[in-house]
Amino acid sequence: MTKALAVCRKELRQIARDQRTLLILVFVPAFFLLLYGYALNFDIRHVLLAVEDRDGTPESRAVVSAFINSGYFDLAASVHAPKDVERLLDLNEARAALVIPEGFAREVRSGRLAPVQVLINGENANTATTVLGYAGTILRTAGAQFAPGGVQLQPPLAVEPRIWYNPELRSTLFLVPGLIAYISMITAVASTALSIVREKEIGTIEQVRMAPMSTPSFIIGKTIPYFLIALASAALIIGASMVLFGLPMRGNWLALLLALSLFLVGALATGLLISTASDTQQVAFQLALLVSFLPTIMLSGFIFPISSMPRALQLVTYLVPARYFLIALRGIVLKGTELSHLLPQLAALALYAVAMLSLSSLRLARDRG
Amino acid sequence: MQRLRFLVRKEFQELRQNPRLFGLVIIAPIVQLTMLGYAATTDVRDVPVVVADGDRSAGSRELIARFDASANFSVVRTVTTTREIEPFLESGSAWLALSIPAGYGEQIDRRLPAVVQVIADGSDSNSTTVALGYATSLIGAYAQELAVPDAGAGGGGGIDGRIRIWFNPQLESRHFMIPGVLALVLLVITSNLAAMAIVREKELGTLEQLNVTPLRRWELIVGKLLPFGVIGMVDVLLVVAVAVFWFEVPLRGSFTLLFALSLLYVLCTLSLGLFISTISDTQQQAMMTATFFFLTPMIYLSGFIFPIENMPAVIQPFTYLIPLRYFLVIVRGIFLKGIGLDLLWPQAAALAAWGLVVLSLAVARSRKRAA
Repeated sequence: MTKALAVCRKELRQIARDQRTLLILVFVPAFFLLLYGYALNFDIRHVLLAVEDRDGTPESRAVVSAFINSGYFDLAASVHAPKDVERLLDLNEARAALVIPEGFAREVRSGRLAPVQVLINGENANTATTVLGYAGTILRTAGAQFAPGGVQLQPPLAVEPRIWYNPELRSTLFLVPGLIAYISMITAVASTALSIVREKEIGTIEQVRMAPMSTPSFIIGKTIPYFLIALASAALIIGASMVLFGLPMRGNWLALLLALSLFLVGALATGLLISTASDTQQVAFQLALLVSFLPTIMLSGFIFPISSMPRALQLVTYLVPARYFLIALRGIVLKGTELSHLLPQLAALALYAVAMLSLSSLRLARDRG
Repeated sequence: MQRLRFLVRKEFQELRQNPRLFGLVIIAPIVQLTMLGYAATTDVRDVPVVVADGDRSAGSRELIARFDASANFSVVRTVTTTREIEPFLESGSAWLALSIPAGYGEQIDRRLPAVVQVIADGSDSNSTTVALGYATSLIGAYAQELAVPDAGAGGGGGIDGRIRIWFNPQLESRHFMIPGVLALVLLVITSNLAAMAIVREKELGTLEQLNVTPLRRWELIVGKLLPFGVIGMVDVLLVVAVAVFWFEVPLRGSFTLLFALSLLYVLCTLSLGLFISTISDTQQQAMMTATFFFLTPMIYLSGFIFPIENMPAVIQPFTYLIPLRYFLVIVRGIFLKGIGLDLLWPQAAALAAWGLVVLSLAVARSRKRAA
């Protein structure tokens, strides 16, 4: 243990000397959270709409204003030729277009179904699905006012939607826990991924090889200082999200600390394993990107729902620690989930951390011969 | 010119001596393609639903069967009271709950308006919005069916919305994400590897040796960057091939244009790598700088995943500083819309300008250091 502490002290001194790295590790995460938490959202408003109204009657204008007044669409341009619509969509100057054909008012007044055309840029499937929903709803409501006699039939079956935990469906509340996981992960992995391979490249690994201490205590000594830094920086970003983005805390602080610590140890150990397995820092960096940064964004359920992925890829997500951490984090802060409901997630995180620590010890022990 | 050739050969030799790195630059794009092609779907399928059926009538069972039959939902459990659904939502084993009140079936039979409740877990607001939309339209369609026998044929008036989706009619997320991989992989491979390769020589002290050789400054820079540029362009071919032949993303525009503009973009990312190397003393610093100050902002703020239009007005001007932004418009435009340089020239010009500015910054900085 004293030997582990000695490694720990040496590592701390080295960190203190490289002040830029230390500053990046402690403060940049909080800055990131601020930037991305503010910048990113999935709430789709102000969709740019091009309008081609070939009818030009009060009825057709009523449909156009139904779109604009809904708050979801902004009028990008009023055009008169189909070619203009095409150009606007091509140039991304409009995301959607509404085309009302001639004779619209006549059809509607005579009680027939009057066609209008809506064109949506489908490049981003996610946005397009939402816009599709908006357009359908607006047209249905606008159509009802033209129903014969102006009487609106009461639908035989109505839905009353209710949303729990995040009633306004603020995507910030959903994204911020994901950002916390992502930022903690990259900070932790980035801090350890180069630590051992650097010694290999510079040649000081020989000294490590000769040092009279066991490999596990060397690994533990390397981990502790970065764990403290990562914990401080994670605490800072969680505090910042509560103050700045109104992230609630409905659960138990101790449960949060436990989940966070297990996750961070796992992430730091992943970095160490990468470091022991690479011969150059370039390789270590590329590996870190591939096995930790990208999966944390793509395969953790942070942005993309795991249940929609193909079965084979779903199995891979079980190896991504952020998956468990996100369930635990969202559960604790947003839903107030009891610790006892989160035991499987915590167990998985603990298992991952232990596995990574032992693998990197084994790998380093092999190198030390 | 000959000196340059020697230097380039030396760089390639170094790469060959490092087979793991060589493997990685080939494997990396494949892994990214798989993740983005298969995982990056925001479509919501098989949403787990828990039903609280307080009615237990033929009518309520009919509605539940509608949910279960839809590809968007799968009913995980049917309980009796609304209170029983809470643990399902809390543990996340259901995202949506459908609550049917007692007396529902009777109201439907007597043609009285009935109300059902849909409760959604808002903690994943993105999927929830989509799932709620599905639920509303499913119930809406069912309501219409229930209503039609009354209203008689024709329904009477209204608007027939003919909605068409352009560029990506099946609304495949994949078609949007995969061309983006081209942009991401080039950024990751070329700028990061180039930056670390130069800093590595600094760290090991061999840069000094290169500095005292008769090599001219530009030869040194070109020689160090060229191999990574070549690797990047090989990755372009690889990614385009996999995208078109495996993922069947339509390539509607000109491949030559795509390749030419990728080359322009690679010049930008290489300049960025050079710039990072001039502001870092150790590879650790280069890695931190690249990841935190360039890579992450570029992923999040370029429109790669999150639409720029949704960002607050204060942030949007900053996205103009990100070269990925322009390149994404270019690749998606060429792949999905089939548009050419007549529409894409502003993006190409912006990329060229960005590359020039960063390259001159990097050269100016490295000259000052050498002096």
